[in-house]
Amino acid sequence: MNELIFFFNNVVVAGVVLGSIYAVGAIGVTLIFGILRFAHFAHGDMMTMGAFIAFLLAMAATALGITTPVVPTGFLVLPLAMILAAIIALGLDKGFYAPLRKRGARPVTMLIASIGVTLIIQGLIRLFFGSGTYSFFETEQKQLVRIPVPLEGVTRTINFTQPQLLMVLCTAVAVLALHFFLTRSRLGKAMRAMADNADLAQVSGINTKLVVRVTWIIAGSLAAMAGTMLALDVNLKPDLAFNIVLPIFAAAIVGGLGQSYGAIAGGFLIGFAETLAIFNWSVLLRPLSGSLPFELPGTLAIVPTEYKLTVAFVILVVVLLWRPTGIFKGAST
Amino acid sequence: MIARRSLVMFAGLFVLFTIIGLFLGAANISLLLVQSFAYALIALGLNIQWGYGGLFNFGIMGMLMLGGAAVTFISYPVNAQFWGSEGPLMLGKALMAFLAGFLLVWGARHADRIGIKGRWKSFVTIIAWIVAYIVYRSQIDPAAAYIESAGGGWIGGLGLHPVLGWAFGGVLAAGVAYVVGKICLGLRTDYLAIATIGISEIIRALLKNMDWLTRGTLTVSPIPWPTPIPQDLQAQSVSISDSFVYARLGFLGLVIVILAVAFFLVQRAYGGPWGRMMRAIRDNHIAAASMGKNVTRRQLEIFVLGSVLMGIGGAMLVSFQQIYDPGAYQPINHTFLIWVMVIVGGAGNNWGAVFGALLIYITWMISDPVSQWLFNNISNWSTDMGWGAIPEIQSRASQMRVFVLGVVITVALRYAPRGLIPEVVRRET
Repeated sequence: MNELIFFFNNVVVAGVVLGSIYAVGAIGVTLIFGILRFAHFAHGDMMTMGAFIAFLLAMAATALGITTPVVPTGFLVLPLAMILAAIIALGLDKGFYAPLRKRGARPVTMLIASIGVTLIIQGLIRLFFGSGTYSFFETEQKQLVRIPVPLEGVTRTINFTQPQLLMVLCTAVAVLALHFFLTRSRLGKAMRAMADNADLAQVSGINTKLVVRVTWIIAGSLAAMAGTMLALDVNLKPDLAFNIVLPIFAAAIVGGLGQSYGAIAGGFLIGFAETLAIFNWSVLLRPLSGSLPFELPGTLAIVPTEYKLTVAFVILVVVLLWRPTGIFKGAST
Repeated sequence: MIARRSLVMFAGLFVLFTIIGLFLGAANISLLLVQSFAYALIALGLNIQWGYGGLFNFGIMGMLMLGGAAVTFISYPVNAQFWGSEGPLMLGKALMAFLAGFLLVWGARHADRIGIKGRWKSFVTIIAWIVAYIVYRSQIDPAAAYIESAGGGWIGGLGLHPVLGWAFGGVLAAGVAYVVGKICLGLRTDYLAIATIGISEIIRALLKNMDWLTRGTLTVSPIPWPTPIPQDLQAQSVSISDSFVYARLGFLGLVIVILAVAFFLVQRAYGGPWGRMMRAIRDNHIAAASMGKNVTRRQLEIFVLGSVLMGIGGAMLVSFQQIYDPGAYQPINHTFLIWVMVIVGGAGNNWGAVFGALLIYITWMISDPVSQWLFNNISNWSTDMGWGAIPEIQSRASQMRVFVLGVVITVALRYAPRGLIPEVVRRET
């Protein structure tokens, strides 16, 4: 039983947390693709930028004495950080993408433009923050939650940190809010219509410019949220983006580009696959070691920890070969 | 008109290099020249893929790393300790395991010949993959552990001539590109971009962590040069400062010869029926397919050809720097930098690609000292104003080049979307 709890702590908890982060990030990617039809490469940097905004706000809040003993300051300032990130996302669109769109540039050109944005944001972040590592928990403690399991002979407890719990709750709220926005509100329905067929949406009187703006607001704020969550879970580095943008794209593509629910499914799929792949299975098999036909090695992971990042791509490639537009049927250019 | 324009552009570039050379000294500018011409070869490779064929390859870094690994393996001196140990035998076993696994998977994929069809075939294929993976891991893991601990640390090189290593870099890159192309080329642009990025990350993870093959983060040096190194010239009583210049110029000569040959061939191919067919596929692959062109096959061809040039270029860079450090490869420096070169220079025009490579490389390298100078001045000024100095100027300035690169590509896309020396579209009337 202890082994199962170990499995739960190392795979289920970690997988849910990682999956939430990937899902929130991938929703942004997939929404932008659905409306604007290009792969927005700078999304990882928007996440890093959002995390740094939240970090600065949290430092300011701590300096002003606005803290609560219950919620980490990082979560307290998250709404404000999301608003700021949404404004910056609108600015990015106006400054970089809108002029190209007006010229009727191909999606490929937009993709290259988004690489330019990536480089600019990354350069600026590194210019101001150097290449060091920052943590939200320098002044306050990361609270650990331990839940004892009421079973006989079980000594291990189910462990997770308080930020992890809050993250999963935040993700659930964000996903539900998005769901109701897309299915119940007029603007959300307009967004779905435009994702389906932009020309048809425009001739039926939908304000496409407004829809584009709303898309950037949602994508920007969700990016800030995902970035802050990642920074709260591990720590904050200027080159956070590059390691995260690839699994997020993998999640969005696996789910089918343009499909919001697909992105959520893809995010959790990739998150769980990564944690399962690097999990040391010999811990789980140890109780059976007497009855196994072979000797149990010390570590028995599907892939060594160094190759964690490659798991996302192997899944991506397999899915693309098996179902080229993702699990949920996605759009493409 | 384009011809005169490009002539003016190249003359301007020459003046730019001369001015920078006067500032930096002959040794430094010759170093920059060698590297920028090697990058020109890589940019030519991307120009074949993107400019001729319209393929979105974001995995350039992987090809450069393969080239580097190839030249390290071919040209580094022989590691006698490895060859005298059990290592080669164990590696041989691992290779056999790999081949056995390959045959198993291949057999499973052709299981329909013996009547296993549909769902059962997929099932058998998956089982075959799992078994092959386990068999391979069971052989390679102990071999790797043995070589890293008792078998000489790593396999070492073969001690052959570096130019042979460059050629092998091209061959290796071609082989990998063939496999990658087979898997990915059916995908549309965005998917292809992500898939190639993913594959280059996988190549990086492998080369970085396979310590028995590449020494991983321990790095390999010194890798020999194909031309005399400065120390050889010093032995012939050339002064130390001159020896660096002459040695680098010798290397530069070799690089330029290879670039010129590649350029000539690529340029001829562009003008010929093959190039016309490629452009037809790029501009409208449906129409090309309806004219009987095998689109996927041609795209695979172009993907492999471009990758060969990238592999050779990557091998040259490693030879020149004399150190192979898989940890030093970054997507910004080794993938996006080259994309900026081709986009700014002019996709589809070889002169443009070479021009872009030289211009962007020098901009990339020069923006570090320039911004350092700028920051120092601002810092002095802000100190005078009583606001205090800018901290950590050196590390901040070196990050400025990422920002400059971003600005350059943004401006280029906005004001010269077809590049500085754009492709000439000839229309027969």
